[in-house]
Amino acid sequence: MGKATVVVAMSGGVDSSVAAALLKEQGYDVIGITMRLRGEEEPSPGARGCCSVDDVSDARRVCESLGIPFYAVNYREAFEQRVIRYFEEEYRRGRTPNPCIACNIYMKYDLLLQQAMDLGADYLATGHYVRSGYDERRGRHLLRKSVDRRKDQSYVLYHLTQDQLARTLFPLGEFTKVQVREMAARFGLRVANKPESQDICFIPDGDYAGFLRRRMGEDPPEGELVDTAGNVVGTHRGIPFYTIGQRKGLGVALGRPVYVVDIQPETNRVVLGSGEEVFSRELLASGVNLIAVPELDRPLRVAAKIRYTAPEVPATVYPVTEGKVHVVFDEPQRAITPGQAVVFYDGDLVVGGAVIDKRL
Amino acid sequence: MDAIYLDHAATTFVLPEVRAAMEPFLGEVPGNPSSMHRFGRRAKAALEDAREAVASLIGASPPEVVFTSGGTEANNAALVGAALALRDRGRHVVTSAVEHHAVLHTCEWLEEWGFEVTYVPPGRDGVTDPEAVVEALRPDTVLVSLMWVNNETGAVQPVRETAARVRERGIVFHTDAVQAVPWLETDVDEVGCDLLTLSGHKLHGPQGVGALYVRRGTPWLPLLRGGGQERGRRAGTENLPGIVGLGAAAAWAKANRSAARERARRLKERFLAVLREGFPDAVVHSPAHAVPAIVNVGFPGASAETLLMNLDLAGIAASSGSACTSGSLQPSHVLSAMGVPEDLVRSSVRFSFSSHTTMEEVETAGRKTAEIARRLCRRERHG
Repeated sequence: MGKATVVVAMSGGVDSSVAAALLKEQGYDVIGITMRLRGEEEPSPGARGCCSVDDVSDARRVCESLGIPFYAVNYREAFEQRVIRYFEEEYRRGRTPNPCIACNIYMKYDLLLQQAMDLGADYLATGHYVRSGYDERRGRHLLRKSVDRRKDQSYVLYHLTQDQLARTLFPLGEFTKVQVREMAARFGLRVANKPESQDICFIPDGDYAGFLRRRMGEDPPEGELVDTAGNVVGTHRGIPFYTIGQRKGLGVALGRPVYVVDIQPETNRVVLGSGEEVFSRELLASGVNLIAVPELDRPLRVAAKIRYTAPEVPATVYPVTEGKVHVVFDEPQRAITPGQAVVFYDGDLVVGGAVIDKRL
Repeated sequence: MDAIYLDHAATTFVLPEVRAAMEPFLGEVPGNPSSMHRFGRRAKAALEDAREAVASLIGASPPEVVFTSGGTEANNAALVGAALALRDRGRHVVTSAVEHHAVLHTCEWLEEWGFEVTYVPPGRDGVTDPEAVVEALRPDTVLVSLMWVNNETGAVQPVRETAARVRERGIVFHTDAVQAVPWLETDVDEVGCDLLTLSGHKLHGPQGVGALYVRRGTPWLPLLRGGGQERGRRAGTENLPGIVGLGAAAAWAKANRSAARERARRLKERFLAVLREGFPDAVVHSPAHAVPAIVNVGFPGASAETLLMNLDLAGIAASSGSACTSGSLQPSHVLSAMGVPEDLVRSSVRFSFSSHTTMEEVETAGRKTAEIARRLCRRERHG
């Protein structure tokens, strides 16, 4: 018997495979599980998502070579209901969703974590580039950035609760991607040179507009393109096809560069403005989750990140009501986008995060 | 930890005597049965010995036995071969809703080619009523296919009664006997079938070999074309080691089948007694008239998927439905056709024994399964 039993969420890629190999080496009893999330559609050549049929086969073979049990679990229905539908709905509402966060919340840290517990496991591990651990002084489980700043994935895990963190392991947090690839080779893993997966696994070709059209069956209604003064300047092709800060493909020539600055589903309008008008200093967010602190009872100085690829910038977080915050940035920020997460940091530590509802 | 293998309906282990019989043909020159030289002669003799052994197991004459790559090929060859041969007489086929996918998907393929297929539903016990099959017959019905023993529940289908009613109308009758041959006395004349499928690896033989019985005079066309092997009924160089293994397995089955069946009956009784003692809510889907080696049990409140993983981690191998459908994670079409509610279908597990399963193994498995099911159900209730 090992020191504890860990279920590793295996995507068939290099990161989760190394995570499994490391845990095995450290003396854990390791079980590999891959979530089947999508149908058996033909993979499109050149594009890579995660959790495809080939990836299930890769994960199974990695586990066999490591000498650990492997299972594939079918979460297709739940993925459809809780991730793809959410993705579609958010676009319909004029927001820009982050499906990877939805997948973490509803698939990995809900269904899969429960599955791990049902197998009598002590922990669920993933190949995310983050660090976690219990802090005696604070009496809390903390989440920290990866030592590899470029690969850090703490942004998509801001939602983890104390209960989830207590049952979660991140074996890769102390390593860089280069080191992980080296370890994959050292462990003799067949996936050592497998290419990186794309962000949105169910849209491997990256054409999310085409995906939404196919899903909706009919084109969403066209509507007015207006400027910030309310003048109609053109026609838009449907709200789902626009995102805040977008400049290309607007189909209007106003003699100056214009950007999407607001999307208004209630009037089916897309608002265009100047480069300057894409910037704003404040936002409202809801669905707050706190990790490093138990509660937010006064304004908090943080470094905030408004999308996965955005830099961290200084800001102050003001509590509003239960689960809601008002964030004020020191400097105006470009394209604050409803539907995306805003995540708060204190150095390496993830303080918490929330979903952006509105820019002010 | 010693593993307890209770998935013999998926595949059995290869008997030592079967392996020994195969050994010479895995050597340097196995010999091609079609060659005239000494190597070929030896191979040909072994091939025909095996054919005799298989024919003897099912009461056929050796020339009526065609070796195939397994049960799936034999089922495909039976249905497509008979349908093609009879297509000018009629294009209606009758089968049951609880057949193996090797039959069901072949029937769907025939539908794509212009045949019509009636899928007769079973009763709640999973047994198909011969009367229901007769009612489905039409003037243009040319073929009826009814499995002998269901691979998921072990239910024994009334093939003899059905075959008699079907054949008196001049309709060709096929039975998929893959799960019957290892356990039931099989005589093609007594049953009265025109075509019969059997498989090697369900019989302690090797994987990748099976046979189709084709009664002399049956309208039937071969699927594979090429050389003149198998009297022109199945082209391609024979899988000699496999066929020899099947022959040895057939000989063993003939000698040991009835004793093995009696043993399996006691194993099943003991297994269910232990299981019910630890988990009284267990629902047994296998009917009274079933092959005792296959037991299908529902565990209300537990997910079969999670139960099977836990069993595997505890060293017990079982399955949900057939191995061929487990990968696709579709709920069992067999239990669904029997009218089992969907959530109970999704909580159902198949345990299958062999002649080498021990009483101690089924007791341990029954106890551990009950323990795991209790734990999972408690979790469900308390959310």
